[in-house]
Amino acid sequence: MTIGIHVPILAIAVPLLGAFALPIFAKVHRNLRDLWAILVAAFTCAMVVALAVQVFTSGIQLYTLGAASPTATVVQGGFPIRIVLVVDGMSAFMGLITALVGLASLMYAFQFLKEEQGKTLAMTLFFLLWAGMLGMEYTGDMFNFVFLEVTSIAACALVGYRTWESRPPEAAFKAMAMYTVGGLLVLLAVGILYGEYGALNIAYLSSKISGTPLDKVALGLLLGGLLMKAGTVPAHMWAPDAYGEAPAQAAIVLVANTQASLYGLFRVLFTLYGGALSTPAVGWLVTALGTLTLLVAALMAVIQTDLGRLIAYGAVSQIGYMLLGVGVGLTVISSRPDFGLVAMKGGIFHMMNDAATVGLLFLAAGVVKRACGTKDLRALGGLGHDLKWTSGFFFLGALALAGIPPLNGFASKFLIYESSFRLSPILTAIAVLGSILLLAVFVRAFQGVFLGPRLRTVQPAPLGMLIAMGVLAAIILAFGLVPDFFVRHMVTPAAEALWRGRDLYLAAVLGG
Amino acid sequence: MIGNFPFAVCMILIALGLWTLLTRRNLIKLAIGITLIESGVNLFLVTLGYVRGGVAPIYTYAPPGARMVLPTPQALTLTSIVIGLATTALMLAFAVVIYRHRGTLDAGKIRELKG
Repeated sequence: MTIGIHVPILAIAVPLLGAFALPIFAKVHRNLRDLWAILVAAFTCAMVVALAVQVFTSGIQLYTLGAASPTATVVQGGFPIRIVLVVDGMSAFMGLITALVGLASLMYAFQFLKEEQGKTLAMTLFFLLWAGMLGMEYTGDMFNFVFLEVTSIAACALVGYRTWESRPPEAAFKAMAMYTVGGLLVLLAVGILYGEYGALNIAYLSSKISGTPLDKVALGLLLGGLLMKAGTVPAHMWAPDAYGEAPAQAAIVLVANTQASLYGLFRVLFTLYGGALSTPAVGWLVTALGTLTLLVAALMAVIQTDLGRLIAYGAVSQIGYMLLGVGVGLTVISSRPDFGLVAMKGGIFHMMNDAATVGLLFLAAGVVKRACGTKDLRALGGLGHDLKWTSGFFFLGALALAGIPPLNGFASKFLIYESSFRLSPILTAIAVLGSILLLAVFVRAFQGVFLGPRLRTVQPAPLGMLIAMGVLAAIILAFGLVPDFFVRHMVTPAAEALWRGRDLYLAAVLGG
Repeated sequence: MIGNFPFAVCMILIALGLWTLLTRRNLIKLAIGITLIESGVNLFLVTLGYVRGGVAPIYTYAPPGARMVLPTPQALTLTSIVIGLATTALMLAFAVVIYRHRGTLDAGKIRELKG
């Protein structure tokens, strides 16, 4: 029995074990806790990367829990009753994003968090959130609402654990209410689907769903619940609060968590309902929501006076770009013209780029908060004199977020512009307008925070935090300079897994 | 017979919960609203698994040939109840912390974060 076949479950189980063992090690000694955290994180990342390599080279990976062999998904009679993990190109891609963000967050957290301000708790919650996100991304079962709720609880606790301040608990309560209602809508939909077809396996359900009225109700509930958790307009109110109030190392994981919800949405739309959606209505709905989200969030970013909330609105607007790209793909999926796949690639590539750019901006804002004790734009200025690296990273992130070539944000946004133009030029116009607004907002923020006369002398960021930001900056540069390489080897398999991969997915799980 | 009556009851519970969320401003009442939705969903799941005249789905104890109720919805519900406990506890804990800072539970008055 080699460890190789157990990789998918280990990628979820190890961070889960890591989370619950962490406080015990912390009781013994801080250094032991840190060592444990590093070991768990390194092992998890190794598992995720190994899995991604396997998926990209040899196709869908299956793991059946509790079966004699990991590929025995179906019991006698052709009925998939066991819980399965199914990792296809899209899952593997999301896993890579989650691993990258988690690694950067943990590296940053070591020197960013203070021992007397709940460092052990924050790290425990972080690992719990990490396990939940990976679980959501790898599962092949609608029972995955469990992981949805795991991420909700861990994310809200991460937002609000600093109870000595008055604003974080408020943000956390708001987010908790939205997350819980969203999760319950998803659970209700799962119940409806179970009641109709008597199974929870995504592949089996997908092969049975035919578009009955109840199926449509379930689809509506799933869409509503997952979009609430992803923080799209009109259910975006929790997102700026939660992102803005969470400590920097948590805000960046929240971005990945939002994307995990988006992944759930895409899985539902393309795999679960892939055979039943014949009209482009749902595609148009997703496209419209994406366009609305990116525009409203960019406009809201203009009037913000808090650096955290400003970046938060930038993050929400990026969700809009992803939905726009994938929505365009979904709209044209039944006629399958070539620009549909380009749009999907753009939207999915943008997820990775968003994780790196918005993550970098949040981490830079965390340095500012740590140095000055405030994120109020009106009270900040001239920090570039002391925080040279941080201001450079912030500038890089701001340009990448606005989609300036040759950075990664341009690479993915260009694919989205190019393909949405083929569907409707108005979409492209709005998307470009959103980018211009974001550029204006972030240049102003950069100028206000880092340029100008020196108002105060601050301590520069410690090395560990700089390395964490450096990793994300390196990703931004690499994906911006050679996008073709990454698009061909990572993004295309992910996009094709959604675009054409439903049959392969079903065949892999149900055995042809 | 009772027919679809149980499903209607679940939906009424869920609707009441949503109504509470939309009309009430007290944080504790918001938590109660969410608990109502949760109860509705949990009841819905249990109702789904019911088989008329079925016995408890314990394989070794059921009489031979007896019909059993479906075990999966019960497992789902059990998980959901546990999660619900955690979310409710977390929400109430946040409500207590907010009350300590502001001296009020009125969601309209504690809006420090907006825009």
